[in-house]
Amino acid sequence: MRAFDRFAPAALGLGGFILFLVAVEILVRVGVINGYIVPLPSAVLVALGRVVAEEGVLPRFLLTAGESLAAGLLVAGIGIPTGILLFRFNLLRRATENWVAAFAAAPIVLVYPLFLVIFGRSSWTIIAIGTIAGLPPVVLKTLEGFSGVRPVLIRVGESFNLTGWQQFRTILFPAAVPTIFAGLRLGLIFAMINVVGVEFLINFGGLGPLINELSERYDMPGTYAAICFVVLVSVLFFLAVERVERWLRPAS
Amino acid sequence: MSGNQANLKLQPEPAAGTAPAILSVDDVVKRFETPDGPVVAVDHMSLDVRQGEFVSVIGPSGCGKSTLFNLIGGLLSPTEGRISIAGEEVRGPHPSIGMVFQEESTFPWRSVEENVAFSLEVQGVGKAERLERARHFIAMVGLRGFERRYPTELSGGMRQRVAMARTLAFEPKLLLMDEPFAALDEQTRLLLGDKVLQIQQELNQTVVLITHNITEAVQLSDRILIMTYRPGRTKRFVEIKLPRPRTSEIVGSDAFGHYVAEIWNDLREEASKGMHDQETMAERRRR
Repeated sequence: MRAFDRFAPAALGLGGFILFLVAVEILVRVGVINGYIVPLPSAVLVALGRVVAEEGVLPRFLLTAGESLAAGLLVAGIGIPTGILLFRFNLLRRATENWVAAFAAAPIVLVYPLFLVIFGRSSWTIIAIGTIAGLPPVVLKTLEGFSGVRPVLIRVGESFNLTGWQQFRTILFPAAVPTIFAGLRLGLIFAMINVVGVEFLINFGGLGPLINELSERYDMPGTYAAICFVVLVSVLFFLAVERVERWLRPAS
Repeated sequence: MSGNQANLKLQPEPAAGTAPAILSVDDVVKRFETPDGPVVAVDHMSLDVRQGEFVSVIGPSGCGKSTLFNLIGGLLSPTEGRISIAGEEVRGPHPSIGMVFQEESTFPWRSVEENVAFSLEVQGVGKAERLERARHFIAMVGLRGFERRYPTELSGGMRQRVAMARTLAFEPKLLLMDEPFAALDEQTRLLLGDKVLQIQQELNQTVVLITHNITEAVQLSDRILIMTYRPGRTKRFVEIKLPRPRTSEIVGSDAFGHYVAEIWNDLREEASKGMHDQETMAERRRR
């Protein structure tokens, strides 16, 4: 029963995905879905090996993953302390909260020429835009996480006469972790979208330009195979974030 | 001085025993400033609690019980008067006072033993020692076997016992509890009352319990302080002369029923005032 509980969700998820691919394969083959727009999943599978061998996917994958990692670390390193700062200083919060929220909805990718001027056509431009795009949800969710700590937990800390730092380290931060990590996941998504998008816009390298080249060659299986590698970067980051969260808060 | 206050002076706190007071609440007043003017929540209240004594404070909703709890626990400062624990004035949270709150207050990110060891951890006690002491108190509250579980895996009553064990592990001179079982059903409350009595007798723990439940107060207490409704004053003390050690079986006795009726007679008038007050406020808001 325990083994079933442990493996059933993963098996169901994987089984559902395989069923979806089989359904797409059939629908493309019988002509319900246009094969020029959506390639056969089996053809995408075959193309995976081809893009690895012929398109130099590995260095591109590492470049995109590295840029995403750098942007992700900066998002966490700047976003969480900024959120804490807004939580600590109410005036600062009231002065900037709406601006930060507005930033979350802004199409930041459009300011890439400005960053090109500052950083040149380099990974730094891509990382900078990825970071700025990922910051608002992390800042806002960190603020929400700390503001939402149940007052009774703070009173428990006070009753044990904790210092400000002890209160932060042992109660406020662990209590806020799930909300902060919800923000981090969102921030990482925003950062990755912008990393791949700016790679494509400035044609610097990585998976973004590869997807563009393959689609312009009308190599649809190859395009989808390259997209699979972008998804792989995303999956790896999500697994890493989940690991960190479980380490910080085992009962999450 | 109002007539009511003059009457109250005729009913001083009974001197039950000669042991010196561990907790002394001396003529304490707590006034809050509000946009509608000052509100007196606690009005010239005095209370002495001796070592090993179990005192309950009972009163209608909104009478200032929780304010008194926060004052004794050092989370609020009195406007007038003085509170001391073992002769030392309470000017903030005090290491001799352990608080158990009404709301569920376990840390969901910590296992049961990590929760209970929390107070020792912040005191700098080594890991092996604090876990050993935590297990001792976990066993005391009847949760042996649940050390590695997380609060989300426990019932409400079990979580309150974890919170109590966490406070007991701190080894406070005074255990101060604010309606810790208010959210639980009556049967669980009675059974947990047994557990509290057992622990109190085992540790000779001094306890102040804030409650609005008459049965709970009579089941557990040596003395009960009845509060008036707004401003919160001492209406009178009732000594509970039921035999010890006690269990929840006492609930069926005639003497128990007599005490419950006696306290309800005192409380009914105050509770009616409270209800009338709340209805008036609701009506005013509706208009």
